[in-house]
Amino acid sequence: MIRTPLRPLARILEAREKGENPDAIERENKRIRHEQMRDQARQRAEGRLLVLGVCFFCAFAVVGARMGMLATSEPMEPRAHAPGAVISASRADIVDRHGNLLATNLETHALYAQPRHMVDPVAAAQKLVKVFPDLDEKRLIKDFTGKRKFLWIKKKISPEQMQAVHDIGDPGLLFAPRDMRLYPNGKLAAHVLGGASFGKEGVHAAEVIGVAGVEKYFDEMLRDPANAGKPLELSLDLTVQAAAERVLQGGMGLMNAKGATSVLMDAHTGEVVSVVSLPSFDPNDRPRPATRGDASDSPLFNRSVQGVYELGSVFKIFTAAQALDLGLAHAETVIDTKGPMKVGGFRIGEFRNKNYGKLSVADIIVKSSNRGTGRLALEIGAERQQEFLKSLGFFDATGFEIVEAAGGKPLLPKKWTELSSVTVSYGHGLSTSPMHLAAGYAAIANGGFRVAPTLLKQERTQRGERVMSAEAAQAAREMLRKVVTSGTASFAEVPGYQIGGKTGTADKPRPQGGYYEDKVIATFAAIFPAHAPRYVLIVTLDEPVESSGDKPRRTAGWTAVPVAAEMVRRVAPLLGLRPTVEPANEAVVTLTSSN
Amino acid sequence: MRAFLYILTSFAVIGLAFWAYRENYATQQALSEADRLHRNIQSAHARLAVLRAEWAYLNRPERLRDLTVLNFDRLGLLPLRPDQFGRIDQVAYPPAPLLPITNPVDVSGFNALVEEENPS
Repeated sequence: MIRTPLRPLARILEAREKGENPDAIERENKRIRHEQMRDQARQRAEGRLLVLGVCFFCAFAVVGARMGMLATSEPMEPRAHAPGAVISASRADIVDRHGNLLATNLETHALYAQPRHMVDPVAAAQKLVKVFPDLDEKRLIKDFTGKRKFLWIKKKISPEQMQAVHDIGDPGLLFAPRDMRLYPNGKLAAHVLGGASFGKEGVHAAEVIGVAGVEKYFDEMLRDPANAGKPLELSLDLTVQAAAERVLQGGMGLMNAKGATSVLMDAHTGEVVSVVSLPSFDPNDRPRPATRGDASDSPLFNRSVQGVYELGSVFKIFTAAQALDLGLAHAETVIDTKGPMKVGGFRIGEFRNKNYGKLSVADIIVKSSNRGTGRLALEIGAERQQEFLKSLGFFDATGFEIVEAAGGKPLLPKKWTELSSVTVSYGHGLSTSPMHLAAGYAAIANGGFRVAPTLLKQERTQRGERVMSAEAAQAAREMLRKVVTSGTASFAEVPGYQIGGKTGTADKPRPQGGYYEDKVIATFAAIFPAHAPRYVLIVTLDEPVESSGDKPRRTAGWTAVPVAAEMVRRVAPLLGLRPTVEPANEAVVTLTSSN
Repeated sequence: MRAFLYILTSFAVIGLAFWAYRENYATQQALSEADRLHRNIQSAHARLAVLRAEWAYLNRPERLRDLTVLNFDRLGLLPLRPDQFGRIDQVAYPPAPLLPITNPVDVSGFNALVEEENPS
């Protein structure tokens, strides 16, 4: 660039000649040069701004365009990202403790129709009725030729039926894929599993929702896609459950009972290995709930957790155990059970108005004396009795993991008077479910720790709070064993599996008040083997009659006990329990002081 | 020198474009292959689920019980009883194998007769 000199000689000379100040020329030139420099800098800055502006515009345009594209395009899963081995997001399976399937899914199809697309609606309806005889032809023709645009015809169809519908060849008959819940074992453990049905239904898929039992209790967990492929492991044992159901079904028939239930529970872990309630149903084809009559007559009624009954003398052992625990008595303390005994204006009687006279605490349990346990309860006092029963879980619904369990709330006396205290001591006035009873007996069996019954497989022993001393539990177990060796439950002697237990026969309450004369609930609560208990078994029969003798027999000793004994005989080997020889009583050395 | 650089750059651009083109198609190929495999896995899973369900259905206790009754003549299966538990010392050891015979004596062949007649 050619720079103009600040003081061009020609102009200076000219200015000097004219007598002007030559410095003015220099200043003028400097000014011009500065203006030029300023213009140049401005232009460059403007250019830079423009470039920067264009850059920003492009960047924002790209971001905006991308956002627009994302907003308008169909969502798609990233294809390159492999989702791993688990693909199906169907409902999780349910398995027993050894991994045998109890509930699974099966792919099937639903049939629906779009009458607008039908070629020959009448012929299609006629052919459909041939495939599905339960459909109503007239109704179908009316639906197909009417105004309806869409209708479901069948919720689940088999592959053969699907093929037959294909063969009809009408474009208006369409199939929707469905995941169907299948219970391959049929009626087995029906009350535990409950059942499932369809929730929201669409053409492409339908929601499977649990309607009862464990299916409903763990519904969210089973449906959670994060758990797909991880089955829900129950504590049930398929083989044991099958054997228990078989024995109980047989026993119910032999004893002419209208219902029966059994609970087999591990006394240490709280795992329920088998729970049966009869009559039963098939969860694949769940019957409709009864809308009329007594709910307990429906096969859907789960007697083991919903059947809240006064269970009778099986409660006596709790009174005895508490008396021992509090140190009010020991097994050999003699108590006078002579009548008459009046509490709160009511006479406390014995079974068949017997009079046992003076009995030791152990014999009160063995002979099942109402007055004996009543006297113990009076000594214990209402408050301590309530506390003890509460600690065993008799005041709340069990936490058993099926929805029905929450409905099995015990019925307690409204006001816990002295009379209630006495009647509760022998199992009247307090209604509980067999599941509650199993939990109570488990505390005696495991040496005095509270156990909550659970349906989930456990890894380790459950150790709840201590509810009674180990010595009291031991003494109570010895009494229970005596009931079998020399008391009301003599039929429960199974060689090798020393059963200890207590019978209970309670008159059924009439709906209109009072009690039936000839309807009882017979219960046998057992622990085995008695010297080192592993399991608790509760067998309850509803309205049993044993009619082999001259007179019909209804007591638990004649009805529930033989069924329970047979159950132990069948089930104990399946549980891997080796028959043992009962350890003989240790020689007792009595220390006496002589002074 | 500059011209050489230009030529080199343009060759590099052509080369990279070709590589990107090939990679693009290879990726699409791999994705469709993965899709196919996923579909296969899915149908295998579905088949497996059906087979499991069928296995459970065929092994349901009710059916097995009926089968043992039907085939009682051949199998003689009964429910497990408490007295069927054994102790390990009740199980006999397998019989010890016989010692090898090193000097066999022929007692039935032709030679046996000869030896009997001539004991020496």
